[in-house]
Amino acid sequence: MAVMNMIQAINSAHKVMMREDEDIVVFGEDVGYFGGVFRATEGLQKEFGKTRCFDAPISENGIAAVAVGMAAYGLKPVIEIQFADYIYPAYDQIVSEIAKMRYRTAAEWTMPMVIRSPYGGGIYGGQTHSQSPESLFTHIAGLKVVIPSNPYDAKGLLIAAIEDPDPVVFFEPKRIYNGPFDGHHDRPVQPWTKRAEAEVPEGHFTVPLGKANIVREGEALTVLAYGTMVHVALAAMEEAGIDAEVIDLRTLVPLDIEAIEQSVKKTGRCLIVHEAPRTSGFGAELSALVTERCFYHLEAPVERVTGWDTPYPHSYEWTYFPGPARIKKALDKVMAD
Amino acid sequence: MARSEKRPNRPALALHVPEPPARPGEKPDYSHIEVPAAGEAPRPDALCAAEETHPLTTHLVRVLDDNDDAVGPWDPRLSAEVLRKIYRDMVTVRVFDDRMYRAQRQGKTSFYMKCTGEEAIATSAAAAMHDEDIHFPTYRQQGLLVSRGYPLVKMMCQIYSNAGDHMKGRQLPIMYSDKEKGFFSISGNLATQYPQAVGWAMASAIKGDSRIAMGWIGDGATAEGDFHAALTFASVYQAPVILATVNNQWAISSFSGIAGAEQATFASRAVGYGIAGLRVDGNDALAVYAAVNWAAERARSNKGPTLIEFFTYRAEGHSTSDDPSGYRPKEAGEMWPLGDPVERLRRHLVKLDEWDEDREAALLEETSATVRAAQKEAEKLGVLSEQGDEGKETMFEDVYAEMPWHIAEQRDAALKEGE
Repeated sequence: MAVMNMIQAINSAHKVMMREDEDIVVFGEDVGYFGGVFRATEGLQKEFGKTRCFDAPISENGIAAVAVGMAAYGLKPVIEIQFADYIYPAYDQIVSEIAKMRYRTAAEWTMPMVIRSPYGGGIYGGQTHSQSPESLFTHIAGLKVVIPSNPYDAKGLLIAAIEDPDPVVFFEPKRIYNGPFDGHHDRPVQPWTKRAEAEVPEGHFTVPLGKANIVREGEALTVLAYGTMVHVALAAMEEAGIDAEVIDLRTLVPLDIEAIEQSVKKTGRCLIVHEAPRTSGFGAELSALVTERCFYHLEAPVERVTGWDTPYPHSYEWTYFPGPARIKKALDKVMAD
Repeated sequence: MARSEKRPNRPALALHVPEPPARPGEKPDYSHIEVPAAGEAPRPDALCAAEETHPLTTHLVRVLDDNDDAVGPWDPRLSAEVLRKIYRDMVTVRVFDDRMYRAQRQGKTSFYMKCTGEEAIATSAAAAMHDEDIHFPTYRQQGLLVSRGYPLVKMMCQIYSNAGDHMKGRQLPIMYSDKEKGFFSISGNLATQYPQAVGWAMASAIKGDSRIAMGWIGDGATAEGDFHAALTFASVYQAPVILATVNNQWAISSFSGIAGAEQATFASRAVGYGIAGLRVDGNDALAVYAAVNWAAERARSNKGPTLIEFFTYRAEGHSTSDDPSGYRPKEAGEMWPLGDPVERLRRHLVKLDEWDEDREAALLEETSATVRAAQKEAEKLGVLSEQGDEGKETMFEDVYAEMPWHIAEQRDAALKEGE
């Protein structure tokens, strides 16, 4: 065991897998010599050489496209898109090629690869360093979408993603790279070192895809969250003194529907929290599923706390970010009667 | 010239929108096309510096001259056996195309695309590559499969989306795929496969392999961002890849000027990326072979990528859904100054005394019999128009390696609906 922050855990996952499997190649903008703008690929080029970890031109569609060719050859590319906000030039390759390859060829060609990308707000990143575009990928058949919320999961899920036979979009909440964030931006940030989830095995282990994590058991209501919002929701529930069951979804597709259904049927109430804008966000899918499957157990309408339907602003960071105050307001509604 | 209202001393700005030289009802006009004499283009060493090829990006590599002789330094000096094989493949493609076009018109399938006038390019390129090399084709390189001996029945089963289609009827007709034959899955999304070919070539180099890749694109699709990405990555990593641009002058109804051909040749795009470039008579099977062979040698020797523009003409409609008489003169194909690739190679073989009328008649009879027999066999496995919904549960398979719960639920719901 070692104490790791999320960056170190992600870095460790790369190293463990690259040592095990010579077909893994890692590339993206600044990931080679420099080790990545967030340091996630630090030391990889030095250890594995520059034909296995290298810098790419600033061309997201090019990065995704050559990854397709490499996967077709038999390699396992793990590519980085510097910010999720810049994944759109690669969208055609991801949606039309990577996601559909197994299907369109009846598994003659498959795309075992991971597309890593730092995502989410709460860092004064403004419009193009804060976005949460997960629903643009959960809507695409053939992709798996994973979002870890702590160092242990980050490593275990990334290893599972690399080993998975299907393409995985792996969004890393950059707000919590160095420490969990409870939404109280006016308080000092706590490092991961003080947390149990920072205890990460140094070798190979996996956290299975498609399995949610019940981070707090409770009876009063079910809170569905992922990424940074797991910590914000947990803190808000503690502060409100509510016996909430908080579920960290970890994988959005395929979703752990059993964990959700079981919990909501027990608590009868459901609150969904995500940073991404509301309309057609992943919360809408969650809300629909809960309503369809747990309708007769529900004692109140399902509530969603999300980013607003605006581009992510710079100066109004904390008005946009769905922080503790907004969660408490929604809690009042969902707990009424 | 109109004067600008704001600045009367200057002409008003005017947007240039390229127009083809002739529209329906007008006489085809090819006066803008320069056709250098065969044998005129110099042939630099395949291992030369990329910039040595730059003059060739505005020239036209041609081997077969007006007397049907092979001339000049690019003559690949192919044996009669190889020439006859390429010729046979070209004829097969043409017969196959006609047959499948008719099958679409008979309502047996939804769609087809011919490559009439472009047969020399894919068949000759395939002949110049090794069978273990890979192609990332567009939808108009059926000659690659024919050249590599892919069963015509399998191609037809794909076109009919029938029980013999190994892609289980999921892809539009002609979007073939065959891993064993080194023919990458065709996508409807244009240009995506061009940088994918570069990635495959990079992988081959990463692994210290000896195989190379060939990417294909049309003139219209060079305007896509993926064309630029492919050239950039190919150049940066000196990938062992051949990037073929088939300039058939038309992208559906848009003439190549709309893709940028008025100002510069497609081959000359190579110059700015610092890679080798060749512009080749695409209706000259020998020139096609020689150019691909040259680029393949270059790629295999770690000298990096080559962009080859094959200059040709899309002699027929874009697809079974297109009527070219709506945007270009009817005789445009017949009057194309570089002629017909099948006839040109036939005349050359005759000149070499390696072909005659009897052989021609026998070949035509044989290929039509082969294609007809294949069609009969394929149709035994069904045609699209007569297909029921039997086996519809397979529609839900292969989205992922393992079917997740939500797709399983949807499959069950779909099966119930039919009850």
